[in-house]
Amino acid sequence: MTGRETGPGTYLGMPAFPDPDPARFPAFPEAAREAVRDAALRANLRYATHTIRDKRARAVAELADWDRLRAAGKAVKDRTLRHLDRYLLQLEESVTAAGGTVHWAADAAEANRIVTELVLATGEREVVKVKSMATQEIGLNEALEAAGVTAYETDLAELIVQLGHDRPSHILVPAIHRNRGEIRDIFRAEMGRWGRPAPEGLGDSPAELAEAARLHLREKFLRAKVGISGANFMVAETGTMVVLESEGNGRMCLTLPETLISVVGIEKVVPTFRDLEIFLQTLPRSSTAERMNPYTTLWTGLGPSKGADGDGPSAFHLVLLDNGRTDILADEVGRQALRCIRCSACLNVCPVYERAGGHAYGSVYPGPIGAVLSPQLRGTGSPIDASLPYASTLCGACYDVCPVAIDIPEVLVHLRERVVQGGPVTRRGVRVRIRPARGHAAERAAMRAARLLLDRPDALRAGERLLARARRLGIRPHRLPGPGRAWTDARELPEPPPEPFRDWWARERGTATRTGSKDRKGDDGPK
Amino acid sequence: MSSKDRILARIRRAVPEPGPDLEIPRDYLHAHARRTPAERVDLLAAHLAEYRARVHRTGPGGLPPLLARLLGERRGARRVLVPPGLPPWWLAAADDSLVRVPDRASDTSADLDRADSVVTGCALAVAETGSIVLDGSPDQGRRRITLVPDHHVCVVRVPDQVVDSVPQALPLLVPTRPLTWISGPSATSDIELDRVEGVHGPRALDVVLLGPQ
Repeated sequence: MTGRETGPGTYLGMPAFPDPDPARFPAFPEAAREAVRDAALRANLRYATHTIRDKRARAVAELADWDRLRAAGKAVKDRTLRHLDRYLLQLEESVTAAGGTVHWAADAAEANRIVTELVLATGEREVVKVKSMATQEIGLNEALEAAGVTAYETDLAELIVQLGHDRPSHILVPAIHRNRGEIRDIFRAEMGRWGRPAPEGLGDSPAELAEAARLHLREKFLRAKVGISGANFMVAETGTMVVLESEGNGRMCLTLPETLISVVGIEKVVPTFRDLEIFLQTLPRSSTAERMNPYTTLWTGLGPSKGADGDGPSAFHLVLLDNGRTDILADEVGRQALRCIRCSACLNVCPVYERAGGHAYGSVYPGPIGAVLSPQLRGTGSPIDASLPYASTLCGACYDVCPVAIDIPEVLVHLRERVVQGGPVTRRGVRVRIRPARGHAAERAAMRAARLLLDRPDALRAGERLLARARRLGIRPHRLPGPGRAWTDARELPEPPPEPFRDWWARERGTATRTGSKDRKGDDGPK
Repeated sequence: MSSKDRILARIRRAVPEPGPDLEIPRDYLHAHARRTPAERVDLLAAHLAEYRARVHRTGPGGLPPLLARLLGERRGARRVLVPPGLPPWWLAAADDSLVRVPDRASDTSADLDRADSVVTGCALAVAETGSIVLDGSPDQGRRRITLVPDHHVCVVRVPDQVVDSVPQALPLLVPTRPLTWISGPSATSDIELDRVEGVHGPRALDVVLLGPQ
């Protein structure tokens, strides 16, 4: 399964999941239904998201200049995206000058091919991996497996997902849907098949489970010859790569192997080293609610000695990944999603994510940011991608917490419009016009009817009077007839007012000039 | 057409009129409080301790016995990795049963795994985030020697090496050197988003704040 392409869309891989085809993934409401009924899952998610939510709020409140840091982070990303070509070329030059090799991958298949060839050229048949969204997105593990290379995930949560033949359900904590008891069971059952088995009598305290992971992975770190990573940031002016992590598995993968391959989305570049002063403050507080994550590694190519001092790998390859990002860049409203620094704060505050869980989003990018990224990266051709813009109440909590101020509700509404009305989009670098999606005929008909009515004041007034009269006769419909029925399945129809607003206005204020009308609000005035 | 050309062409089509560079509003704070050097060191100590690093304070006279005690108290902590530029007097009080292992390029990861502890200096420390930063200077050695052993003792010269904030730290660092920021011992939040200290990196981090007295 090397980065299988599905129709015109872009494939977002789902490691260790048997069916990664978005075309066959059910629409969000169906996918979420099962999760919403799973009481244990909801309890796990509720506990975890509420814990981190409160901690994040405290960590952010410590910085009096949070809003200014947020505005600066947004501006750095916007500046970069406007001149992405220039900054990528500068980055390539810096990395090359520092002894690294830069590769360009237009899509998942190409990135997988490049990485697979690089690994095979070393003669190695196993690699250790630092958690990376980009390599999940392209399904790199599956591509390597097809070429006979075993990829070991070394982040604790990724390990839980990999051992459990599971799918990630959170950007930062892919195993957030698992509680400690489930994790212990997975470790007991599976660790022995991949290497060192779980210790006898393994309990379910987080400390014991972390110790089991340490023992299991240690031999793999110490013998690994090839490491694969992503990066949180790449600095154009210096060629510096930045990885933030907690466990030390990142440091292991970035420093011990002889060959290091980093697969990074092109939107991760920032212009200057100084720009890191913003994100090194906002990212840890937004994601793990820490003042600083335990470990941050910055490296520039092969270092000042070009790899001769034996500090770190002797070969470094950077694979710059497009895979739909330039298509997003072409959308003036949607491109703000490319500012994302993958902190996952929007997931943790989202009422929909908290109840539906990450799997229902049908992509490695779940939650609010996933609902705007996946349909843009893959197109809205599949049921899941056409439904994701609706997987939100538009409450705006995601926008409030976003450290780079992505207005996720704005992009969601924009994408809804695109799904319902169709219109111009860019797919794989080509401008195309997509047709309105099926299933929204009633919505479009309702909107057309509304436009007709609102264009004709007389017709509107007649309709309003009719409704008011029906109310007086005791006719109060709670459900819409016909195709509108689905809309009222989960919603109450608003009660019609006793008289149209304009009639009330004409009666109260219309002809004569009145004074003191503030005190004379009719009890039955418009609500 | 190479993929590089294809991607660059897509970018240029996506943003046909990029306009002038956007100004970055850098009106955020350079430090989040005005602190005396002593307050800065106190804050560093408090934040490191909060993340379960063990913090010690001493002067030049107390350093050798303190290091000897820290390296000796851990059961079996008898092999210590020593970066080439570590001041020899730091370890002067350790007895002969402590084997000093130099940081050699030829050592494999498995060799390093036999060391119990490592002692280093640092490039600087950041009070607001509770971080120490290593840059591979001779008193710190290669990155891997502070990674594989389970116990890291890091000496910070206070108050000179302590800055308030991240914006103050970056201009003092050389970007092309390998940089490792360490904020407490290794940890994970991957199980129910609860923080647990001690995974792959050193599980014990002793930070010694070395004052002038």
